[in-house]
Amino acid sequence: MNIVVLVKQVPDSGSERKLDPADNTVARASADNVINEMDEYAIEEALLVRDREGGEVTVLTVGPDSATDAIRKALSMGADKAVHVVDDAIHGSCAVQTSGVIAAALQQLEYDLVLCGAEATDAQLSVMPALVAERLNIPQLSGARKLTVEGGMAKIERQTDGGYWAVEAPLPAIVSTWDTINEPRYPSFKGIMAAKKKPVETKTLADLGLDAGSVGLANATSKVLDFAGRPPKGEGVKVVDEGDGAQKFVDFLASQKIV
Amino acid sequence: MLDYRLSDETESLRTTVREFAQEVIAPQIGEFYERDEFPTQIVRQMGELGLFGLPFPEEYGGAGGTYFDLCVALEELARVDSSMAITVEAGVSLGAMPIFRFGTEEQKQEWLPRLCTGEALGAFGLTEPGGGSDAGATRTTARLEDGHWVINGSKAFITNSGTDLTQLVIVTAVTGTRPDGGKEISAIIVPSGTPGFVVGQRYSKVGWNASDTRELSFTDVRVPEENLVGERGRGYAQFLSILDEGRIAISALSVGLAQGCVDESVKYAGEREAFGQVIGKNQAIQFMIADMEVRASTARLAYYRAAEKMLRGEPFKREASIAKLYSSEVAMDNARYATQVHGGYGFMNDFPVGRFYRDAKILEIGEGTSEVQRMLIARDLGIG
Ligand SMILES: Cc1cc2nc3c(=O)[nH]c(=O)nc-3n(C[C@H](O)[C@H](O)[C@H](O)COP(=O)(O)OP(=O)(O)OC[C@H]3O[C@@H](n4cnc5c(N)ncnc54)[C@H](O)[C@@H]3O)c2cc1C
Ligand SMILES: Cc1cc2nc3c(=O)[nH]c(=O)nc-3n(C[C@H](O)[C@H](O)[C@H](O)COP(=O)(O)OP(=O)(O)OC[C@H]3O[C@@H](n4cnc5c(N)ncnc54)[C@H](O)[C@@H]3O)c2cc1C
Repeated sequence: MNIVVLVKQVPDSGSERKLDPADNTVARASADNVINEMDEYAIEEALLVRDREGGEVTVLTVGPDSATDAIRKALSMGADKAVHVVDDAIHGSCAVQTSGVIAAALQQLEYDLVLCGAEATDAQLSVMPALVAERLNIPQLSGARKLTVEGGMAKIERQTDGGYWAVEAPLPAIVSTWDTINEPRYPSFKGIMAAKKKPVETKTLADLGLDAGSVGLANATSKVLDFAGRPPKGEGVKVVDEGDGAQKFVDFLASQKIV
Repeated sequence: MLDYRLSDETESLRTTVREFAQEVIAPQIGEFYERDEFPTQIVRQMGELGLFGLPFPEEYGGAGGTYFDLCVALEELARVDSSMAITVEAGVSLGAMPIFRFGTEEQKQEWLPRLCTGEALGAFGLTEPGGGSDAGATRTTARLEDGHWVINGSKAFITNSGTDLTQLVIVTAVTGTRPDGGKEISAIIVPSGTPGFVVGQRYSKVGWNASDTRELSFTDVRVPEENLVGERGRGYAQFLSILDEGRIAISALSVGLAQGCVDESVKYAGEREAFGQVIGKNQAIQFMIADMEVRASTARLAYYRAAEKMLRGEPFKREASIAKLYSSEVAMDNARYATQVHGGYGFMNDFPVGRFYRDAKILEIGEGTSEVQRMLIARDLGIG
């Protein structure tokens, strides 16, 4: 079983994140960059499937040079090898363009199963699995809280607010995972040492047979025109209870359209 | 050449241990601490991470790292909690290291794989109720009798000696008289559960409350002659060299605590308000925290320096004592100031600094008191 995990490096959602006023794109260089949290679950799931079914786990990342940190972590956790697509022309690409790069890279790999996170904490679009599935013409099983692979089929429990749907599709397929699916392992020091020796293949757009014009800020399908900081938190409302506290409280909730 | 940057691997290890400490240890350690309970499950997880095998080669189940890697991991653990840091320190540096350094191939094969995974925990019993600083005054005895050591005596304050995971204690004992008339002291492996080997109740301690510390007694305890670690009569010199390394590890642990004090104080000073503004706006608070950071960073350099000399195979005794002495006093100072920054909450057990305050003092006592370190440094300078 050949499994490819899509891994994105994102600015740490726990620290301050900024946009670069020069071109309104995410300020990645100055950020504290980490593996997209949801992708750690996808990696863990890939390792679990590999350990049950055999095969290899390949990490695929599209991102700047600094994304090697994310790749190294995935390899330390136990993935077997990695493909890193780096090209300055990709800077500022939209989700549609990025999916084209990911799909092209996948076409140069052998895969039975593609795993990815259900969302990235920076753009939070949750569209990547659908875009990639469409481009590769393979089924998409999105939002899994459980995955089993047997008899050439991938079966998931697709998490919903009230429960789950049982969904299945023939392989090859792409599955996106939520953080309910497993508990990602911490890389062991042995894993960290072993990661040093694992192959990481770097590819450019030219290697993928893509034209620089198909990506990049200038040709993006969406553009950030302007942005502003979140307005400071307003003063809270103080309710003094003069026997009518409950009523005032309910009125406040109603005025905020909370009840 | 001067280069104290961490290698990519050591940096990844540091990040991983930091995440583990923050995500797994921090949320639950307070409760174990409060209950004086050893958190077996957390220790197992540290084993899965490979922390107990860090400085040992892969052929014995280790991770193939260096002693410095161990120190960096200890620093990150202690930045969040010292009980877990000392559990790893004592298990690796005192429990497993003597076997790795001085043990026979059979002893290594038998013990190291289990000790490296954390499936088994080791302890080292040197201190006796009658004294610790004067290690030469050991009273516990071991006499050879038809192929067995027969051990009698007692040990005090032994870390890791009575947990569910503990499988051995290495004890120092007098095995005869040296040609110069002095005591011949050797180190012997005593597996847990050996008849006559009684593990006492846990002490009620001021700090390190989630770490296991016990008194041990030995009454005609018989273990095979092959359980001798290293050469007979070389025990004293050998464990002294183990203690030299251990001082670098205790220094790293102290730096972690000192840095944890900075972390917590920076956070608190930016949140807590008094007199209409956050307390961090007061220069008195800023300077306290700036000084804490200065102490933590300089103490870190001291242990890096000692570890660097050790890894290069140069004499490092003096540097290890300097690092241990300085950073333990720094930890104590930072704990005092961090508690001050936190006001009344600093005196509460459910704030990490309350724990830091209680955990700091032992650093000036264990593995050689501050006075012993000063004696060693002075002796190395050729005085006394
Ligand atoms: C090099 C680069 C530069 C970019 N620059 C900017 C910028 O300057 N400003 C800006 O606003 N946006 C930028 N983007 C983000 C881009 O616009 C898309 O939003 C993003 O790649 C897909 O949307 P998402 O992150 O919300 O993915 P989602 O659909 O939320 O992600 C779902 C899953 O898809 C996978 N995935 C997503 N992206 C990648 C990837 N790159 N590599 C591998 N797996 C992935 C992960 O498994 C992820 O968990 C950049 C993207 C790249 C790759
Ligand atoms: C929580 C905890 C865990 C421990 N874990 C272990 C363990 O795992 N294994 C182990 O073997 N031991 C362990 N110890 C013991 C520890 O190493 C000793 O407590 C320490 O070495 C000091 O020995 P002592 O308590 O007998 O003090 P003493 O040696 O009695 O010293 C008392 C005081 O006298 C001072 N002093 C002694 N001699 C001199 C001198 N010549 N000049 C000036 N001052 C002097 C000392 O510095 C100290 O201030 C542990 C202790 C504690 C509290």
